[in-house]
Amino acid sequence: MTKTTMTVNGKSVSAATEGRTLLSAYLRDGLGLTGTHIGCDTSQCGACVVHVDGLAVKSCSVFAQDIEGADVKTIEGMANADGSLSVLQQAFQDHHGLQCGFCTPGMVMSSAALLAENPNPTEHQVRDYLEGNLCRCTGYHNIVKAVMAASDQAVPAE
Amino acid sequence: MYDFTLVKPKNLADAVAAIADGAQALSGGQTLLPTMKQRLADPGTLVSLSGIPELHGVCKGDGGIIIGGATPHAVVAREAAKYYPALAALANQIGDPAVRNRGTIGGSIANNDPSACYPAAALGSGAIIQTNTREIAADDYFRGMFETALHEGEIVTGVKFPVPQKAAYIKFVQPASRFALVGAFVAQFADGVRVAITGASNNGVFRWAEAEAALSANFAPKALMGLTLPADDMISDLHGTAEYRAHLCGVMVKRAVMAA
Repeated sequence: MTKTTMTVNGKSVSAATEGRTLLSAYLRDGLGLTGTHIGCDTSQCGACVVHVDGLAVKSCSVFAQDIEGADVKTIEGMANADGSLSVLQQAFQDHHGLQCGFCTPGMVMSSAALLAENPNPTEHQVRDYLEGNLCRCTGYHNIVKAVMAASDQAVPAE
Repeated sequence: MYDFTLVKPKNLADAVAAIADGAQALSGGQTLLPTMKQRLADPGTLVSLSGIPELHGVCKGDGGIIIGGATPHAVVAREAAKYYPALAALANQIGDPAVRNRGTIGGSIANNDPSACYPAAALGSGAIIQTNTREIAADDYFRGMFETALHEGEIVTGVKFPVPQKAAYIKFVQPASRFALVGAFVAQFADGVRVAITGASNNGVFRWAEAEAALSANFAPKALMGLTLPADDMISDLHGTAEYRAHLCGVMVKRAVMAA
């Protein structure tokens, strides 16, 4: 085992890793940050999406040791400093952008990456960007509404 | 997955030395990690190429553009757009955004998945595959499903693309994997047209000579009327029969000609 250090949600953290330790396992088992979900573990579902140096990645498909020293943001780092929900998280709540909630951390992290890249996406761009995030409750329409609302745009009609 | 030792060299020379000892190169890992999870690979040592600055980036060179082997798809989509829009558009359709932030052109070219997009761009453009020891023409590089001209220990350091007058890549997406069920890359150069097909053949990416001849004479969809490919060597699986894929080849090439 090796000690692997990175910055997670603004704090310098370390945890023991093997070569094969995935970033998702490092976050969940090493740091106790279980907000990052493991849905499929085959990089299909996107529930484990986090930001590495500002870019959305599937944490089940990255080795922790390969990104030693990186700046990582997880769903636990998305709320405002006072603990209130961020605009995007609040929009997910307001538009019922979640049903069982399992896919939500990945949906929020992917959507946040989209809005950082493109603050005014079209509905089509939102759907396209979320292609790698699966919601098995099939709650896609409300998720898209939440992202449109969070970017201060008209929410698609029913 | 089986455990291994990960090393992360900071320059190409150290990476070449590490891989010469029988280790496996790791680029973006978007194919290698799933393979290792299934215990289909047990490399012992993985040599990460992601920390080597000389393998990153898109630049304009003599007669085309050169893309570093460890350049992620998202960077190609962004930075190649002004030089070679069809190539940038192809990169922007691989997988999904999170995969595009990790997966690399060198990894894709080295793996030569029979349904991957980049092999179609490389073969369809007549690209040159650059390694740590030599340059290989795309026509000599792709040797069949998951097979390439690479030797043990050889690393794809870059891909040099000549820029055609017109080009387009159209793929029929397999919706679960987002790989190409069939994809066609069409490129028109001053001396003729190249057509490369991915996703269809059991032998991996290939050039369609009859379509190239027809399009070189007349670069229009109607030039392809009546041209068909035999289904004998086509992939047949639950997503599509060999006959269906053979048919899609013609359709995708026509759409690519219209889009170019």
